[in-house]
Amino acid sequence: MTVTLPSTKTAATREALGPTLVRLRQEGLDIAVVDGDLGASTTARDFGKAYPERFISVGIAEQNMIGVAAGLAAAGKIAVASTFAAFLPGRCFDQIRISVAHTRLNVKLVASHGGISVGEDGISAQAIEDLALMASLPGFNVIVPADVVEAAQAIETALRQEGPFFIRCGRAKVPVIYDDAYRFQLGKAHQFRDGKDATIIALGIMVKPAIDAAETLAAEGIDCRVLNMATLRPLDEEAILAAARDTGAIVTAEEHLVHCGLGALVSQIITGNRPVPMGFVGMKDRYAESGHADELLQKYGLTAGGIAQEVRVVLKRK
Amino acid sequence: MLAAAGSGHPGGSLSAVEIVTALYGRIMRHNPQQPLWPDRDRLILSKGHAAPVVYAALAECGYFPVEELTTLRKLGSRLQGHTFIYYQPGTHELRTPIQSVPGIEMSAGSLGQGLSFSIGQAIAARIDGRDSRIYCLLGDGELDEGQVWEAAMCAAHHKLDNLTAIIDRNCIQNDGFCADIMGTEPLREKWEAFGWHVIEVDGHNLHAVIDALTTAKEVKNQPAAIIAHTIKGKGVSFMENNPVYHGKAPTPEEAERALAELA
Repeated sequence: MTVTLPSTKTAATREALGPTLVRLRQEGLDIAVVDGDLGASTTARDFGKAYPERFISVGIAEQNMIGVAAGLAAAGKIAVASTFAAFLPGRCFDQIRISVAHTRLNVKLVASHGGISVGEDGISAQAIEDLALMASLPGFNVIVPADVVEAAQAIETALRQEGPFFIRCGRAKVPVIYDDAYRFQLGKAHQFRDGKDATIIALGIMVKPAIDAAETLAAEGIDCRVLNMATLRPLDEEAILAAARDTGAIVTAEEHLVHCGLGALVSQIITGNRPVPMGFVGMKDRYAESGHADELLQKYGLTAGGIAQEVRVVLKRK
Repeated sequence: MLAAAGSGHPGGSLSAVEIVTALYGRIMRHNPQQPLWPDRDRLILSKGHAAPVVYAALAECGYFPVEELTTLRKLGSRLQGHTFIYYQPGTHELRTPIQSVPGIEMSAGSLGQGLSFSIGQAIAARIDGRDSRIYCLLGDGELDEGQVWEAAMCAAHHKLDNLTAIIDRNCIQNDGFCADIMGTEPLREKWEAFGWHVIEVDGHNLHAVIDALTTAKEVKNQPAAIIAHTIKGKGVSFMENNPVYHGKAPTPEEAERALAELA
């Protein structure tokens, strides 16, 4: 079964933020945005141009950024705070923990430039631990959209639904895989193709390579189910257990460390309920380096080829 | 209250008594029957370990029964060791936190965060056109935290004249005297350099404190910082200026002696 994509366009998921915020404000949502001097890169600045009185620049001060967002939310606003994923949560984890996580305040964290596809800026800008940190917090919704269409819908979901949200976007342009008919659902995986031999569970920019890997494997007679697990927390446990039951082997794929992100969280559900052989594609306990996004993804195995190979290896353990 | 709990922070609570009394008793517009009144003034307790003095003031004002004070820090009590708030999702029509204890505005305990939170509240009031004033009570040891200075820059940059910070300058922190642990003086010059209007006051002269807070309300185009010169453990002879009582609760016998002295 071949998956047909809606277009050959590419776009960065970060491009969804500014326009979505502006549109939702036009619809009357009581939004206030706190920015850490990266609004031009995260596109939050589009909101600032349209609504300067609701756009609070705090400069390069992430701890203060979180506190200001929490105070806005406590006073009734839908507070959005945005900067790079390396700094959010990296630079302000305690603030998020104390002011947003346990209080359950209405704060939406949109972290851009997640993963190694940040590229040339190098390690300090490449967040590969951010999902682990955010997933550790009870009550926090964590979403990693696969493309700009899903990103816009995820941001809208976060702004319309109460409670803390963390949405991780990326710098690099990636293929658009959804069209306007798509409906993102919080906590529900989206199945791209069904299969019976193995399941590839991917999120973020690894979803398209997962689809491509499944195509390659299909030609070898290996029939893979492909799931976009855009919501990391709360995980779609039902879909994960069904994958184990129906296909008997799972490979996860993420632009993140495998020992503490999607792979680790899926493992916990599998081992506790329905153990099956598992494989993991992602960063293997090390940092990357400066380089072009495509080169880095290739070097560290975050590719369709890397996923396909991991599936072949896992199938031997079935 | 602290003796009943068996743990807590008497020194920094006693040093803030007049400040908290002035705020709840005279200065702030607030309503114990309507703790979430949108136009209320707000006290953000950044030095969250001084929760006992704020709980006491709230109880005296009628936010909750005075008898509840002896439940401080006990399992199942609303009176957590450091103040906390909890927002119950699903109550979309309120869109403000359901305070764990009526009158408490922020979850505290991790120092250095309250001023940032206060800025968010002050800006929200400005966006909405409300004339609420936001008061933030900080400790002087707390000024070690860099986030305080991020917030100080930010409040002045955004000309938040509906925000007043009060620094409880009792010169002692957990491990000893501030001058020995980490010197933060001169405070006046620092806050002025960060763009704040500074007022210094004897933190135990109630009328002077009220005057200072009243003057702060008139400051325009910049936030105001009141440096209150205080004595940690004020009013209890064996606690005054004694770092030990930063984080050590009195025994029941000590509590009796202390209360006798304070009477």
